[in-house]
Amino acid sequence: MANINGSEPERWDPGVHSYRSMGYYNADYVPKDTDVLAVFRMTPQAGVDPIEAAAAVAGESSCATWTVVWTDRLTANTHYQAKAYRVDAVPGRPGEYFAYIAYDIDLFEEGSIANLTSSIIGNVFGFKPLTALRLEDMRIPVAYLKTFQGPAHGIVMERELLNKYGRPLLGATIKPKLGLSARNYGRVVYEGCRGGLDFTKDDENINSQPFMRWRDRFLYSMEGVNRAMAETGEIKGHYLNVTAATMEDMYERAEFAKDLGSVVVMIDLTIGYTAMQSMAKWARANSVLLHLHRAGHSTYTRQKTHGVSFRVIAKWCRMIGVDHVHAGTVVGKLEGDPATTHGYYDTLRDDFVPTNPGNGIFFDQQWASLPGVMPVASGGIHAGQMHQLVDLFGDDVILQFGGGTIGHPMGIAAGAEANRVALEAVIKARNEGRDFVKEGPDILRTAAQWCRPLEVALATWGDVTFDYTSTDAPDAVPTASV
Amino acid sequence: MFLRHGAFSYLPELSDDEIAAQVRYALLQGWPVSIEYTDDPHPRNVYWEMWGLPLFDLDEPDGVLREVNECRATFPHHYIRVLAYDAGLGRQTTALSFLVQRPAHEPGFRLDRTEINGRTQRYSVHSYATEVPAGTRYEP
Repeated sequence: MANINGSEPERWDPGVHSYRSMGYYNADYVPKDTDVLAVFRMTPQAGVDPIEAAAAVAGESSCATWTVVWTDRLTANTHYQAKAYRVDAVPGRPGEYFAYIAYDIDLFEEGSIANLTSSIIGNVFGFKPLTALRLEDMRIPVAYLKTFQGPAHGIVMERELLNKYGRPLLGATIKPKLGLSARNYGRVVYEGCRGGLDFTKDDENINSQPFMRWRDRFLYSMEGVNRAMAETGEIKGHYLNVTAATMEDMYERAEFAKDLGSVVVMIDLTIGYTAMQSMAKWARANSVLLHLHRAGHSTYTRQKTHGVSFRVIAKWCRMIGVDHVHAGTVVGKLEGDPATTHGYYDTLRDDFVPTNPGNGIFFDQQWASLPGVMPVASGGIHAGQMHQLVDLFGDDVILQFGGGTIGHPMGIAAGAEANRVALEAVIKARNEGRDFVKEGPDILRTAAQWCRPLEVALATWGDVTFDYTSTDAPDAVPTASV
Repeated sequence: MFLRHGAFSYLPELSDDEIAAQVRYALLQGWPVSIEYTDDPHPRNVYWEMWGLPLFDLDEPDGVLREVNECRATFPHHYIRVLAYDAGLGRQTTALSFLVQRPAHEPGFRLDRTEINGRTQRYSVHSYATEVPAGTRYEP
């Protein structure tokens, strides 16, 4: 921006300068191994230069303000400045750009997602020169990653705790999600678990309402869980949702769940990052698995142009330290492009996630032995899709069939048994080296010949599919810069 | 009752050929296989007795089947499971576990309750089989 004399101002001249001229864009910057990296999808207002927009994002998400301040000169200013170092036009999306920004690790408090996010998705998302802004991906350097607890237990410890290996776990969300009394609710828990599920689940909005208070729900659900354990000889769990208005309430509920012998408690994403970190700490200290329901995420993850991609939320959740998180089904009723969903699963489970633009992964991410999070596939899936689900997600996943268990015409236990038989038949066939995806319907039909509940499940839901276009498919990244 | 334990306890009992196919899968993944037996099937009994050491460095399932059959002959009324182990970095745990023998009669478990304060109950899963000493359970 020119000054009053029409020439470019000196760096410390008072007034409004371009962010670029203040040092927030540097195409020659080589990110350090310890830098936090972020890539944003920007949609600048008409007439706003994309390079300047990227510099502005870097500035507004680090130490800049709208005008030069002399107090910057009291600091090692260039050290604290975030640097936009690359800007790419988004292929096939005119007016949108990917801006790559590097942040020095010193900008962030150790082990605090609240602090990290206050910078990265703080004021900058309301910045006027942009019509929209989306945080697409982040690279968390190992040096910063290691300041976080990570999953309270992780996939390996969860399997050892449950004594279950070599297959996905099975669950179901209690339905109807609201309105059941505690006695009726516990009945559904019992029937689902005794029929063959590993877990049943509170839904996100079941907390402590007039029709069923939390303590009663916990008591009756654990009666169901323990009855089912005695009946099957298997460890069972019900995700007792401890989401509440205050940390004090959540701790009280979690302590009660632990005292009743529950192997797992549950929280909603709506409680906020700090409360999630507190509960992760509690979960590790108390040997209780921590399930996260991503309630509310679609308000900011679903639309491509504005918000935060779920792959970033998944990354934060792994750092925060939950043991389970819902990550999509591809074939079910909720949003889920296959490639994008694979990116989420890799982010949650793998120790090293390489750059993979086709799956929406912009950076190599080294997890440095931070345990994996068990992804949960839930929402509109049924036994007839079992071969597809095993093919998509492998063994380390919890497949949750709510309607597909509880809606079974022969009852809840029969619904659970149908799903368990379908799962085991598909896993067995896969291990035998069969082309289980192609032969899937045949494998299921064969099992249905001796398992009546599976036969009925296939007859009821066999052809149901939710075939809609996804809103959040990755846009492959070109290599050239603007 | 019918004990649900391992990856395939809702399927019909596996034949020896089917067991061999699962073992072959494990060996192809580079997972050594081991055999364990117990007459205490409590869901939280982690440590079943080891039938020798894990079978490292096998290429074919035949050796495993031979050991399974010897274990069956020695403990005809015990539960026997085959496990595959993944020693890969970041995993280092059991990768697959399934039953290859169960007793003809399974008396199952009783749920014991102790009422404590505030309507709370302490639950305990009690195995009927363990009411008699180890080694004499599940005898016909």
